[in-house]
Amino acid sequence: MKQFTYTITDPLGIHARPAGLLAKAAKAYADTTVTVTKDGNTVKATQLMKLMGLTVKQGNVVTVAADGPQEDAAIAAMEKFFKENL
Amino acid sequence: MILLQGKGVSKGVASGPIYFFQRPSTDITKTAVADIAAEKERIAAAQEKSMAQLEALADKAREETGEETAVLFETHAMFVEDEDYVEAIMTTLDEERCCAEYAVQQAGEQFAAMFAATDDAYMQARAADVKDVTRRILNNLMGIAEGGIDSDVPVILAADDLAPSETLQLDKSKILGFITAGGSGNSHTAILARTMGIPAICGLGDTLKQEYAGRDGYIDGETGQISIDPDEITLAAFRTKEKKQAEMKELLQSMKGQKDVTLDGREMMVYCNIGSPEDVAAVQANDGQGIGLFRSEFLYLAANDYPSEEDQFQAYKTVAAAMNGKRVVIRTLDIGADKQVEYFHLQKEENPAMGVRAIRICLNRPEVFRTQLRALYRASAYGKVAIMFPMITSVWEVKECKRACKKVMAELDAEGIPYNKDTELGIMIETPASVFVADALAKEVDFFSVGTNDLTQYTLACDRQANDLGKFFDPHHPAVLRALKMATDAAHAAGIWIGICGELGADLTLLETFLAIGIDELSVSPSSVLPLRAEIRKSIAKTCNLDMLKS
Repeated sequence: MKQFTYTITDPLGIHARPAGLLAKAAKAYADTTVTVTKDGNTVKATQLMKLMGLTVKQGNVVTVAADGPQEDAAIAAMEKFFKENL
Repeated sequence: MILLQGKGVSKGVASGPIYFFQRPSTDITKTAVADIAAEKERIAAAQEKSMAQLEALADKAREETGEETAVLFETHAMFVEDEDYVEAIMTTLDEERCCAEYAVQQAGEQFAAMFAATDDAYMQARAADVKDVTRRILNNLMGIAEGGIDSDVPVILAADDLAPSETLQLDKSKILGFITAGGSGNSHTAILARTMGIPAICGLGDTLKQEYAGRDGYIDGETGQISIDPDEITLAAFRTKEKKQAEMKELLQSMKGQKDVTLDGREMMVYCNIGSPEDVAAVQANDGQGIGLFRSEFLYLAANDYPSEEDQFQAYKTVAAAMNGKRVVIRTLDIGADKQVEYFHLQKEENPAMGVRAIRICLNRPEVFRTQLRALYRASAYGKVAIMFPMITSVWEVKECKRACKKVMAELDAEGIPYNKDTELGIMIETPASVFVADALAKEVDFFSVGTNDLTQYTLACDRQANDLGKFFDPHHPAVLRALKMATDAAHAAGIWIGICGELGADLTLLETFLAIGIDELSVSPSSVLPLRAEIRKSIAKTCNLDMLKS
């Protein structure tokens, strides 16, 4: 398993638009599980509604993890995504 | 041949198949089902159809309204196949062995509740998105057509009567005319028909039978007559009228680009009344010089929850920007009375026309008011927005509205959000009280706009919704016209302009009286702009008199 922590800088946090893009990006790694954890609550990045339900806001710290055969590629893609969008 | 006689409430002739409005039933009962696999297939089909609709909507939005709306529909599409949402549906099916509708509804409620329970206002508002998606899947499951019209060709739409929220959702490109069992000239169906410039006939009662569905109807919005399978003579007469209508339309086109000025040089501002951003197209097609009344209710009526500042801002901005520097008067919410919205949780009133409605709601609920004012001021940076407050009776109300505006402006200043400091503020003159104190009110605002429908109702003590008041409900009553004169004199003494945004503004028989009174602006349905312009250009203001105020 690979993981990183990230502090959200986007003023709106993980709102509908980035959540949708994130879920889409995570789906590209079908055999690898990508998760997002905030305050001990973990959801898969593909679980769009629950991901939005985490209410990740600006300043929150999240842990993003990837587990599976493509975890290296997935975690690299996620890091890039968070930096660019969140 | 079958002949029906109703009350013509919007002029014009049209012919086409009669189609009965499908009212989506919101009652879903839990029924036991043996073949769960079949229910799962139904859900899969409904999901697939929903996805296709949403993708088409996203494409359309990307072309017409922009990226923001397109992304919203794409998010909805992702909700449709959200794994937890779908799993919840399947679990209910397997455990409760019930119909697909019930399982979908349950999942919808569960996830709407999840969003509603978050501690973030933005996420709480997403509950409405879940409900919207759920509604879409349910409609597809139950075979209910979106927009209420499941037809490939345009139709004559028949209904008992249409609620404001229903008229908003109609697919207007498919409607040739309206025929309703209930309703009156002031009902929302009639107002919509006039905005669209298509015929409408109401008050048909039980002569409007379901068995006419699919048959060709020939309707005349002037005489209120509907013929089905007309004989040769009737058909010939209809065709003659149809031809005249086409010629008239052509003649009116020559009025486009002309000024609204009388022969002796008196200018009149001819503006339009609209009910949603999509009506702007009709304003432009008819060469309206501005928007004199943009009813903001559509945002509230079409939603399941209070519309967010962002949603409102987008709608106002769209209209302000599309009008390209021409004045856009946006009226703050006029909920209450005949326009009821569930989530406002208004108390049932014996006499809602005189109850807590419009500005009274806003002054009682500063948060609701603030959200709308913020959206309006933000939109003021994108065009010539003017804000108008409805149902004013007292000077203190106006002062309180202005205080709320100042507060919002201070907030926007602090947040560095652009807006126009000199946004015009105006009030509706629609209560006798506002006429009596018009001199004091005029000192507080930049303009008046007379809502003649309500002013007539309150002045004559006649319920505008009632069908049987007939001759007693007389908008030409000298009392109403004198009220107009009083308000105009007060406005001009204070150096502000005054317009009419009620139905009366399009009444050509009153144009001379309006000119004599000194009305500065007439705001009418887009389809009334060109006929009004033609009449103004034939008038001589100097020779107009106040005779109609006498008797």
